[in-house]
Amino acid sequence: MAKYSLKRLGMALITLLVVASLTFLLMSAVPGGPWQSEKPLSPAQVQVLNEKYGLNKPVLTQLGIYLGNFVQGDMGVSFKMQKNRPVVDIIMEMFPISASIGFFSLLWAILLGVPLGCIAAYKRGSWVDSLLRIICTLGVSMPSFVIASLLITTFAGSNEALRIFPTIFDSALGVKAYILPCFALGLYPMCYTARQARSSMLDALGQDYIKTARAKGLKTPKIIFKHALRNALIPVITYLGPQIAFVFCGGFVVEKVFSIPGLGRYFVQSIQARDYPIIMGTTIFLAAFIILMNFLVDLLYNVVDPRIKLDGGK
Amino acid sequence: MKERIKHSKFGSFQPNIENLLELTPEDFAPATDEQKNGFMSDRQSTSYWKDAMRRLKKNKVAMVALGTIIFLILFAFVGPFLVPYGYDQFNAGAENLYPWHYSLEDQAILDSVSGNAEERLAAAIEQAEKEKGSELDAIELATLKAVVNKKVDINQFKKDNNIHSQLFGYSKNELQRIEAGESVFPHVFGTDKAGRDIMVRLMVGTRVSMLIGICAALLVLLIGATYGSISGFFGGKVDAVMMRVVELIYAIPEMLVVLLLSTALKPALVNFQDSGSGFFQGLVGAMGPNLISMFVAFGLLYWVTMARIIRGQVLQLKEQEFVTAAEALGASSGRIIKKHLLPNCVGQIVVTTCLQIPSAIFLESFLSYLGVGVSAPMTSLGSMASDALSGITTYGYRLVIPAVILSVMILSLNLFGDGLRDALDPRLKK
Repeated sequence: MAKYSLKRLGMALITLLVVASLTFLLMSAVPGGPWQSEKPLSPAQVQVLNEKYGLNKPVLTQLGIYLGNFVQGDMGVSFKMQKNRPVVDIIMEMFPISASIGFFSLLWAILLGVPLGCIAAYKRGSWVDSLLRIICTLGVSMPSFVIASLLITTFAGSNEALRIFPTIFDSALGVKAYILPCFALGLYPMCYTARQARSSMLDALGQDYIKTARAKGLKTPKIIFKHALRNALIPVITYLGPQIAFVFCGGFVVEKVFSIPGLGRYFVQSIQARDYPIIMGTTIFLAAFIILMNFLVDLLYNVVDPRIKLDGGK
Repeated sequence: MKERIKHSKFGSFQPNIENLLELTPEDFAPATDEQKNGFMSDRQSTSYWKDAMRRLKKNKVAMVALGTIIFLILFAFVGPFLVPYGYDQFNAGAENLYPWHYSLEDQAILDSVSGNAEERLAAAIEQAEKEKGSELDAIELATLKAVVNKKVDINQFKKDNNIHSQLFGYSKNELQRIEAGESVFPHVFGTDKAGRDIMVRLMVGTRVSMLIGICAALLVLLIGATYGSISGFFGGKVDAVMMRVVELIYAIPEMLVVLLLSTALKPALVNFQDSGSGFFQGLVGAMGPNLISMFVAFGLLYWVTMARIIRGQVLQLKEQEFVTAAEALGASSGRIIKKHLLPNCVGQIVVTTCLQIPSAIFLESFLSYLGVGVSAPMTSLGSMASDALSGITTYGYRLVIPAVILSVMILSLNLFGDGLRDALDPRLKK
């Protein structure tokens, strides 16, 4: 286990390094720079600014300096968006908002998706199964921005009777502000989870140990939840890692539609504003977060299914 | 006797023991040519593709999905030739049309209660002055203003005056031309704020989305199949290194990189496009820089799933005898991969490619929605949905229509892909 974790850690560090370098080189390869604005600055001013933020050095030197600072916990300061504010502060302010929305979206998606999948598998071929199947296929076919904007037109649009929710996210409103974004963000994972749970449940129900359990005279709910579910959960967990990534990246769009001041929206804005340190900071942070989640999910496998050997079975 | 012939239809040459005792000399007569031919045609072998097609045709859901896809293809590729408006043509005087219209008289009545407030006031003052014969004093003016500005319940007003909207959007000018006997093509879904016909834009947008989906899927197929088959075939250290690279790419948060790539590559490509008039510059100009960066992103990041699937298949296949036979005959590795291994995983390849199309369309709409996708004046379903967001309260249908087309397209591609998988590889059926 320790050996496996170490190997994964090494892999994660390499991935982060690749992502960081790729981002940095891509950013630097773009002609023009962060100082392009409606009012063009004089060359002298640009030079002073470049000097101040170290942009006049060769790209590789810049990358080296950045990585050196990064290891010491210094991610630089914002150039433009929030002038001279440390990037770490900005991320720490915005990440909790994104994370809470992502967390609640995934929570309801799994809490609803897994039981629905189980019901569909158990009632295979009935109208319940068909109905769930239609809903889930629809759910995975609609991009999150479609769902988000449909929700916003219906429940925050011109129709007074249905105007229950705010158009613009405001955390002061509490639960009310979270319902629409979380629904929009969680629908895809919910439908996907339900589909996955259904097929793996069907698989599990056909196994011999279920027959044994039945032969012993166990009640159906006990067979499903005690014997079958644990085995059916593995594929669901396998997909949990990518789903976390989806919820955070799908967050870009949902955050834009609902004007949520989260990290995803800020990342898109920073790319458009060419605020280099913020782009670097958010990219590395989100990448590290996603990699960490994938790692935790892999460890979770072992807990749910001890048959899986992480070390490669040697 | 009859029963026995029925048996033989299923190809069994095993004699039925119970019937053996009842055999007569006739049974030993040689078969006639007619019988032989009948036997051959009864047992004709079906090819892999024929078999798959038969299974696919039985799948109603997949066939409905296929019908929808064909309809969408016609809509996207034939449609723009039938409608006389261009997707970037500004129709002056036809801005912000709804997908419905009122006849000219009804529109005039409606305008008198809900048109431009200043114009209506001016008209009312003029009329009152005419009636009175002199200029209005301040009090009369104020009452007139109040009357004009009084809010009217439009829906009630329409009901009272028996005004009904009619299908399709026409501008005032176009209605007048119709009255004069000209035939004018309607704006079926209305027009946007620059007076561009929404239906044509939808057609072109659907076309762009489809083309992107297909091209991206082919790109993924090309890279993924090559990479996966090489990795699987050579195995050992080559495989280990190549699979580490795949794992690395898997761990990269793709959406971040795609967003970054599309923003970063755009200026470089624009520069390149302006640098001359060669073939490649023309290509960049025709596709638009954003599209190219999207393809680059696909080529860099999205082939890994395909590569993994092909590698798995090749690992299984390369242990089989026909590969050994080919090796013994002295076939080169490239030939074995091309002629023996890849054709044997064609089912998997077709299915994965087919399911890649909707995911590419998904990504394109996502990027266009964020404003880094297809660049103006070109349009796509995602950017149309994004444009509609600003006027969402008044013109909600402008968001709903592209959203519905997009969802239906992805839905039917997914369903068809699932059907194709069940048909080509029944073992995978869920």
